[in-house]
Amino acid sequence: MRLPCPLCGTRDRREFYYQGAAVALNRPAPDAGQEAWENYMHLRDNPAGRTRDLWMHEAGCGSWIVVERDTVTHEIFSAELIDAD
Amino acid sequence: MRIDGKAHGIDRSKPVSFRFDGVTHSGFQGDTLASALMGAGVRMLGRSFKYHRPRGVLTSGSEEPNALVTVRSGAQAEPNMRATIQEIYEGLEAKSQNRWPSLGFDLMAVNDLAAPFFGAGFYYKTFMWPKAFWEKLYEPLIRHAAGLGALPGGDNPDAYEKAYAFCDVLVVGSGPAGLMAALTAAKTGADVILCEEDSMLGGRLLSERETIDGMDAALWAAEIAGTLRAMDNVRIMTRTAVTGAYDQGVYGALERVSHHCAASQATLLECFWRITAQRTVLASGALERHIAFRDNDRPGVMMAGALRAYANRWGVAPGRSVAVFGNNDDAHRTARDLAKAGLNVAALIDSRPDAENLAGDVPFYPGYHVARAHGRTGLDAITLRAPHGGEDRIAVEALGVSGGWNPSVHLACHMNKRPIWNDTIAAFVAQDDMVPGMICAGAARGVFSTADCLKSGAEAGLEAARSAGYRGALPPLPQADDAVYNLRRLWAVDGPGRAWLDFQNDVTVKDIKQAAAENYRSVEHMKRYTTQGMATDQGKSSNVAALAILADVTGRDIPETGTTTFRPPYVPVSIAAMGAGAQAEGFAPQRFTTSHLASTQMGAPMIEAGLWYRPSYFPRDGEKTWRQSCDREVNMVRNAVGICDVSTLGKIDLQGPDVGAFLDFVYCNTFSTLKPGRVRYGLMLREDGYVMDDGTTARLSDGQWIMTTTTAAAGEVMKHLEWVYQAHCPQLDLRFISVTEQWAQFAIAGPEARALLNGLLDDKLDDEGFPFMACGDVSVMGIPARLFRISFSGEHAYELAIPSRYGDALFRILVARAEALGGGAYGMEALNVLRIEKGHITHSEIHGRTTAFDIGFGRMVSKKKDCIGQTMAARPGLVDEDREQLVGLRPVGAVKQLVAGGHLFAPEDAPIRENDQGYITSVGFSPSLGEMRALGFLKHGRSRHGQKVKMVDHMRGIETLCEVTDPVAFDREGGRLRG
Repeated sequence: MRLPCPLCGTRDRREFYYQGAAVALNRPAPDAGQEAWENYMHLRDNPAGRTRDLWMHEAGCGSWIVVERDTVTHEIFSAELIDAD
Repeated sequence: MRIDGKAHGIDRSKPVSFRFDGVTHSGFQGDTLASALMGAGVRMLGRSFKYHRPRGVLTSGSEEPNALVTVRSGAQAEPNMRATIQEIYEGLEAKSQNRWPSLGFDLMAVNDLAAPFFGAGFYYKTFMWPKAFWEKLYEPLIRHAAGLGALPGGDNPDAYEKAYAFCDVLVVGSGPAGLMAALTAAKTGADVILCEEDSMLGGRLLSERETIDGMDAALWAAEIAGTLRAMDNVRIMTRTAVTGAYDQGVYGALERVSHHCAASQATLLECFWRITAQRTVLASGALERHIAFRDNDRPGVMMAGALRAYANRWGVAPGRSVAVFGNNDDAHRTARDLAKAGLNVAALIDSRPDAENLAGDVPFYPGYHVARAHGRTGLDAITLRAPHGGEDRIAVEALGVSGGWNPSVHLACHMNKRPIWNDTIAAFVAQDDMVPGMICAGAARGVFSTADCLKSGAEAGLEAARSAGYRGALPPLPQADDAVYNLRRLWAVDGPGRAWLDFQNDVTVKDIKQAAAENYRSVEHMKRYTTQGMATDQGKSSNVAALAILADVTGRDIPETGTTTFRPPYVPVSIAAMGAGAQAEGFAPQRFTTSHLASTQMGAPMIEAGLWYRPSYFPRDGEKTWRQSCDREVNMVRNAVGICDVSTLGKIDLQGPDVGAFLDFVYCNTFSTLKPGRVRYGLMLREDGYVMDDGTTARLSDGQWIMTTTTAAAGEVMKHLEWVYQAHCPQLDLRFISVTEQWAQFAIAGPEARALLNGLLDDKLDDEGFPFMACGDVSVMGIPARLFRISFSGEHAYELAIPSRYGDALFRILVARAEALGGGAYGMEALNVLRIEKGHITHSEIHGRTTAFDIGFGRMVSKKKDCIGQTMAARPGLVDEDREQLVGLRPVGAVKQLVAGGHLFAPEDAPIRENDQGYITSVGFSPSLGEMRALGFLKHGRSRHGQKVKMVDHMRGIETLCEVTDPVAFDREGGRLRG
């Protein structure tokens, strides 16, 4: 498996660290309430198909990136820096 | 036996001698072990897995199920090497396997007589009752009988390697399609890798009597190979089998680097490649399949194409008198070639009544079947069955069988796509893009004549190069054989007795039918119930026939029945090759501190801390146990001064105006108020509210900070900081980087610490100028360094950091000066005791399930600001008074032993799970206090100081009465570290 790092180019997945769903980017405000925090921390979809998840180019530039890919075909659609916008 | 005349594959002027089962034989350079043994008249090479039936060579390639042998000897012996691809070399030593005591007389062959009891599902039905028999009787019995070959034991002395390659176009296979694909793609300028599992390029062309452009086909292949070799943009990898197709154009490939050489000439036995290709041309050809009939597994019964290959390429045959049995035109070609080679073709049997003889002057039996093979250890006759049922026996020494050819679709199916059934050739074929970027060519896509394969290969090569961004045109296509391949399905010949499908796992037609009768109708269930296709050859020559028979008995057609799943690897890959470089010491990288050499010179045993190696203790003359050294080192620190390398702690250099704000967000306590020149202890939480790590952070100047992490969590914290910064506060103005390797850092701890430093630093220290938790730049004998007045031991202590290149020298100087002051170096054991005495936590305590509240730092979680973990740490369950809280423990009963991992109970309670009140995390003997001390977690622990609990270690059977204490056992007021 190979991932397209936006800074370094396409690299072997062994250079990357996998984190989980990109939902982790949407951190609730401290006073958002218990339900919002429980959802943020623990609830995840398990899609057969398109998914957005977080990878870190640990053995490269250190960037955290969001990779959009298909969990069934393993096709990779895009990879973006998490602080791109 | 050897056949006179032309044979492309061998050099008759170069004899090679080798040994098989202790007997010396002679072959020629170019021979495989299979062809050389055939030339030497050896017909039986091994025994089958289950029934131990005598078996000979079936195929001429890597798909061989029968001829598995053990090659080499001693610790280098390697079982299950296929004789059909094992090239011979001078002195090669091979042994047959799966027989005892000898190949000719094998005791386990009794299984064959008991065969009526050993049908499909035998294990599941037989070894069920009585239940108690499983462990004592059945399992040892099965384990003894199971397995193919045997590992030699002992460490593997051979060298293996892993390697990576990248290309525009990867061509898998070098038959007519593969050669033309590589040549066409290469001529566009594309970077091409051509992989061929054989020792030379040409594929099937090496085994045929045919011409291309008027040239002998094998010579034509050699000429194209020469052209390719001369091109700078082509890499040719022979003896390299592509084993798997993976995501994004990555392919695994096993190179057999030196299996064809004597061990003394080999630097490397195998290399496992990961090849990344933009486009791939699958030109993997086709594999012939058998027709099942009674006793069709006798040595001498072979694939027709293999029989032809042995005659044409290696000039050998299993006997003078041969027959060929098939359901297709290609079988005629075998009969024709064998006759041309001078063998006596006793019969060409074609199951199609309307077939015409294409083989020339040979006895031809259209509409006939072979009903049985005779000869237990070697074929001596076959029974022919006429269209109307009459039977006749013909004496032959070899029989070639062709049930048609199966395109090698394996790699195309490795990413879960299924092959397509082609009714004309009665086989599954591969299509383009079943693996993204893979184009199929030649026989792999069901194109069988040489002329069509050349064309298909050229087209695929051009398309691959074009889609990889290159421009070019189709080359002129060479003139070649374009014979049509006709076939009429025939999977098995009816009749009594056992007709074999999977030779390696001993699966018969009857087994498949029985599976279907017991309702294992799914092809995947049938496979697992009968073990069809589950051997090392993965049923390459038998799967299609087995599922065709299953389709037949279940009244479905073949596409509906489907295939089993194709999974990598295509050929067996040794674990040694996959794990190359990871044996013994190379298993994991090793990280050494700058004091490593000095420590080992002082005799310190090193212990692993993650990838790091740290000294356990520094033994001195007269010390017989680690405890003696440890106690001395603790006393040294408490009474004089000790030196300890703490470089393995993570060090992160943070710079910028917003570092304070960033640290406020990643630490639960406040850092923005820290003044330059000061150090503060910080506690880091995970977002779920549990403790992640702890350490000190120093503010060297307004804009520069140095964070330390624990040794274990250095990498995790660095990733975490990157995450928090990039995900949650990219607007902050700061940068940070790990400098763990750039600085060597040493703890100087003890009452004499300042005296030692003042003899070393260019400017002297005093308590007022450099109080507890101060930090600053210093100069050590002219070298700029950093000094931190922090203490893990609880003593008046410093940590001195210096650029790594001075680490070794500084450590030696510090130790020498410490020794002069009555101290010396101390290791991890003493470090651990010192911190337990002081109640300082490590990852034994912050092990992922404890909170700031649990360790007594609840009030450190600032309410004035948001931080990672703050919200979740406030959940009621994480601050419940009922939680287990950090305490100290000391033994007060007759038993003085404390054990990490021991559980805590009220003294009157039974030591059962329901009464569990906590557990011990760290223990050590405190020489300062003269007794064992422990840290642990206990329910309501903070309010139970002075009470008694009992520690029970169920594993070791130890029960100790303890008193609960404050975690800080030594110098609770902290006067020593401020002194």
